[in-house]
Amino acid sequence: MRRSYIHILLYLALIVGVDLLTHALGKSYYLTQLTMSFYYSMVVLGLVLLMGYAGQISLGHAGFFAIGGYSTAVLSTINLMPYKEKPIIRLLESMGFLLMREDLYGARILSFNPWIGVITAVVLAGVVAYLIGIPVLKLKGHYLAMATLGFGIIVYRVVLGTPVFGEADGISDVPGFQIFPGLSINGEMDTKRMNYYIASAIVLVLLYLLMNLINSRVGRALRAIHGSEDAAEAVGIDTAGYKLRVFVLSAVIAAFAGALLTHFNGGIGPGESSVMKSVRYVAIVAAGGMASLWGGLATSMVLNFLSLRGYFGSYDDAVFGAVLILIMLFAPEGIIKIGRRQ
Amino acid sequence: MNLDLLFQYIAAGLTYGFIYAIVAIGFNIIYNTTGIINFAQGEFVMLGSMIAISLHPFMPLFPAIVLAVVITMLIGAIMEIAFFRWIESPTILRMIIITIGLSILIREAALAIWGENVRALPYFTGNEVTSVSILGARVSPQVLWVVGVCSVTVLALQAFFKFTRYGWQMRACAVNRDAARLCGIKAKNMVTLSFMLSAGIGALAGCVVSPITYSQYNMGVPLAIKGFTVAILGGLGNYLAAVAGGIVLGIIESFSVWVLPSAYKDSIAIGILLIILFFRPGGLFGSKEELALKEF
Repeated sequence: MRRSYIHILLYLALIVGVDLLTHALGKSYYLTQLTMSFYYSMVVLGLVLLMGYAGQISLGHAGFFAIGGYSTAVLSTINLMPYKEKPIIRLLESMGFLLMREDLYGARILSFNPWIGVITAVVLAGVVAYLIGIPVLKLKGHYLAMATLGFGIIVYRVVLGTPVFGEADGISDVPGFQIFPGLSINGEMDTKRMNYYIASAIVLVLLYLLMNLINSRVGRALRAIHGSEDAAEAVGIDTAGYKLRVFVLSAVIAAFAGALLTHFNGGIGPGESSVMKSVRYVAIVAAGGMASLWGGLATSMVLNFLSLRGYFGSYDDAVFGAVLILIMLFAPEGIIKIGRRQ
Repeated sequence: MNLDLLFQYIAAGLTYGFIYAIVAIGFNIIYNTTGIINFAQGEFVMLGSMIAISLHPFMPLFPAIVLAVVITMLIGAIMEIAFFRWIESPTILRMIIITIGLSILIREAALAIWGENVRALPYFTGNEVTSVSILGARVSPQVLWVVGVCSVTVLALQAFFKFTRYGWQMRACAVNRDAARLCGIKAKNMVTLSFMLSAGIGALAGCVVSPITYSQYNMGVPLAIKGFTVAILGGLGNYLAAVAGGIVLGIIESFSVWVLPSAYKDSIAIGILLIILFFRPGGLFGSKEELALKEF
C-alpha cells in the first residue's frame, strides 16, 4: 500500500505542476482539454476493471457514457414553465428538485436541478447495465464483443433518431452543475482552473476507490475469473455475480463521467455514443496495459489530450486504430507498467 | 396489399439478403480455419467495390471487377501474413482487437483515398430505369445479377470445398488444426487462403451490389454487423444456413419499413442479433452440443 501513496503524491504533484506550468507559459487554455481528458479517463478506469481484471470486453461503453450525458442534459434543459402550476411540479419545486434560470435571451426556464440529472444518469445507466448485463455476460469472446457492440449501436441510433435527444445536433445550453455554492462544474472562463482541480480530484477519488476494490476479496475473485472462469467457479466464486457487478460498476462510472462532461461542455452530441468512441476507450485500456489503473490513466490523459487538441488532425480515428493494432501485435501487456502488481 | 408490391419487397429483400449471406460466408470461412471472427469483413466488400469503381474508367466493367477482386484478395493475404501468421498462441481478445483495429485503418485509408463521396458502378445491363417483369413485378436486372452471381459463388464454394484438394485441406483444418498439420497440411497457408477467399467473395459481392446500394468508405461496419447476425442466425461455420439466414434477414428488413421508420431499419438486424445471442447462440439450425465444443 505504501507504493500507492507515493503514486498518489506524485499524481498530486503532477496535477499542481501542470497547472503552474501552463499558467507560467500562458497556455492555461490547455486546462480545458485536460479537464475533458480527466472525464474520459474515468470511463477508461472503469473499463480497466472490466477488461483488465474481469477479462470481459465491452465495445459499448460509449453507450453508457451517452446514457449518462443525455439523461442529465435532457433533465436540466427541459422547460417546465408551462406546467408550473401543476401540483406535481409545485411539489418537486418545493422539494428543491427544480431550478429556475434564465436563458440567453432572458426568458425564464424551470428545469430539473443538475443534481437530479446526474443522479438519474447514474441510476439509469446502472439499471440498463444490469438488465443488459444478465444476458450479455453469459456470452464469451466474439459473442460478447458483438453483443456489446450491438448495444452501443442501438444507443447511437436511438440518440440520432429521436427528437428529444436533438437528433444529429445533440443537446446544447446545458447549465453548469453546482455541486455546492462556490463549487460548480461548468465551462466558464473564470472557473477553468477550479474545474481542472475538480476533475482531477474526482479521478483521484475514483482511483483510490478502485485500487481498494482491486486489492480486496473482489479484486482477487475478478483476477481468478480472468484466469479461468471454470476454475474460479470451482473454488466457489460466484462468477456470474461478480462479472455482472463489475459490468454495472463500470457502466455507472461511464455514465457519471458522461454526465459531468456534459455539464462541463454545456452540451452533448451523438458522436459521444458512436462505436468509434467505444473502440477508443478499448484502445486506451489496451495500450495502458489492460490491468493497470495508473497505466490506463496515463495513456488516457496523453492520448485524449493530444486528440482533443487536434494534434492527430483528420487521422484521429486512424491513430487509435493503429495504437490498437501495434499494442496488440507487439506489446499485448501494454506499454506502461507503472503500479502494476503481479 | 397487392401481390405485385409483395413481390417487389421480396425482391428487394433477396438482393440485400444475398449480400448479407456472402458477408456471412466470408466470416464463416475465416472462422472455420482460424477460430476468429474477422471484424474487418465488411471492409472487404467496401474495398472491392471502391477499387472496381476506380478501375472502371480505364477498362471495361468486367475486367475491372475481376481485377478489383484479385487486388482485394491480395489485400486479404497481406493482412493475414502481416498481422496474424506470426502470432504464437493468440488469445481471442487479442485477435478481436487486432481485427477491429484493422477495420478502422482500412476505413480511414479508404477515406483518405476516396473521400466521403458516394460512388457507384454502372448497372451491368441497362440503367437505373430498365426493368424486367417477373410474375407481374418490375425488377431491375441488377437484382438478377446479384442473386445470380451470389448463388453461383455459393455453389462454386461448395464445389471447391467438396471436390478440390485445397478445399479438403481447408476443411481438415476446420475440423482439427493439429491433426491436419500432422497429416502434412500446411495449416498456415490454409489460413492465408481462407483470408484470400473471404476477401475475394466479399469484393465480388461489393461489386455486384454497388449499382443498387452505392458504395462509400464507411459501408463496411453495418454490413459486417448484418453479416455477423446472419452467420449467427445460421450457426457459425455453416455455409448453406448462412444463405438461408441472409435471405430471412433481408426480407425481414425490407418488410420492416411498413411498421418502423426506415431510420431504425439498421436496428432490426442488431435486435435480431441480440435475441439470437441471448436465446439460441448456436443459431437457428445449430445444436447446443456442437456449440459447447467450439472455442470462442
